Amino acid sequence: MSAEIPYITKPRPDTGLTNGKLGMWLFLASEVMLFGALFSAYVLLRVGAEEGAWPLGSDILNVPIGAVNTIVLITSSVSMVMAWASLKMEQPGRARVYLAVTLALAVLFLVVKVGWEYRPKLHHYTVWLVDGTSMDGHLDGAVDAAADHIMFVPDAEGDEHPEAMQISREQIKRISNFGPSHDNYLGIYWTMTGLHGLHVIGGVIAIAWFLVPGMALFRKDPEMYTNRIEYVGLYWHFVDLVWIFLFPIIYLL
Amino acid sequence: MEHAGPEEIRKHLRLYMTVFGSLGVLTVVTVAASWLPVSVPLAILIALMIASLKAFLVAAFFMHLVSERAAIYGVLIVTVFFFLVMLIIPLMTHLGQHVLDHVT
Repeated sequence: MSAEIPYITKPRPDTGLTNGKLGMWLFLASEVMLFGALFSAYVLLRVGAEEGAWPLGSDILNVPIGAVNTIVLITSSVSMVMAWASLKMEQPGRARVYLAVTLALAVLFLVVKVGWEYRPKLHHYTVWLVDGTSMDGHLDGAVDAAADHIMFVPDAEGDEHPEAMQISREQIKRISNFGPSHDNYLGIYWTMTGLHGLHVIGGVIAIAWFLVPGMALFRKDPEMYTNRIEYVGLYWHFVDLVWIFLFPIIYLL
Repeated sequence: MEHAGPEEIRKHLRLYMTVFGSLGVLTVVTVAASWLPVSVPLAILIALMIASLKAFLVAAFFMHLVSERAAIYGVLIVTVFFFLVMLIIPLMTHLGQHVLDHVT
């Protein structure tokens, strides 16, 4: 005797929900607490910072790139809901196209984030000197651990093209790239966008599975497949929602 | 929406595109609003209001919350309550310290 799990495609009579839908919403509720904790940490770090110590987001981050990535994620949300709608209209071919578009946009988001945002930050440095001043710029060549100095190219201002300058080790109080240890602002930036990026990767894996090997389920049970696309869609829209708040808070304020 | 038929879904396609257009416009408005010469608290308030409107559009129409069941609303109400608690408690400790710093 085999027992079938109930309420996979037919809803429970009392709640009107299928197991998967309730399960996904409960998971998203936990995700609200996860990201909410980090937003709360951001608020506390910011209000606790000394006057003038918290930078303006647009001074550190590239706003056009952040705006482009916002449009990319919003578009991927649209293509995701269109994939589900196509399945409900019994157009699986069109649904595959929309799923592929969603996947491509998700990968584009990650490529832009890692290639145009994360990578440049790891090569951009701040040098704090013992006299209390600081400079932003790039290291000129590899740093020799045995050398008593570094070669540093400060960031250009206006039409300047600064030359590399030598800074002796004795003058340096601290040197850091624009990674998470740079300061609290970049610490919270890397943590929140990094966690969001991991969620995008999770979405990429799920969507790719449904696009390729998971398609076998559509042939076997189209209603179950359609419902699962809806649940993945809920997760994907949530990832978009988090970015909708992250972008203005981190990049613009 | 889970059990809507093909014809009902077809009627929603134009709605999805309208929401898409609105989200694009609101993204441009978000960036433009950040250039307004206002105080930081007011800038934060404006940014959060626009973000909340965008979030409402995504949640209501893409996530179908506008036609969802009461059980889901119940889950979300409890979630929002505890999210606000999590946001407010650390701020209360910070404000308390702020008061102490002024008194001593």
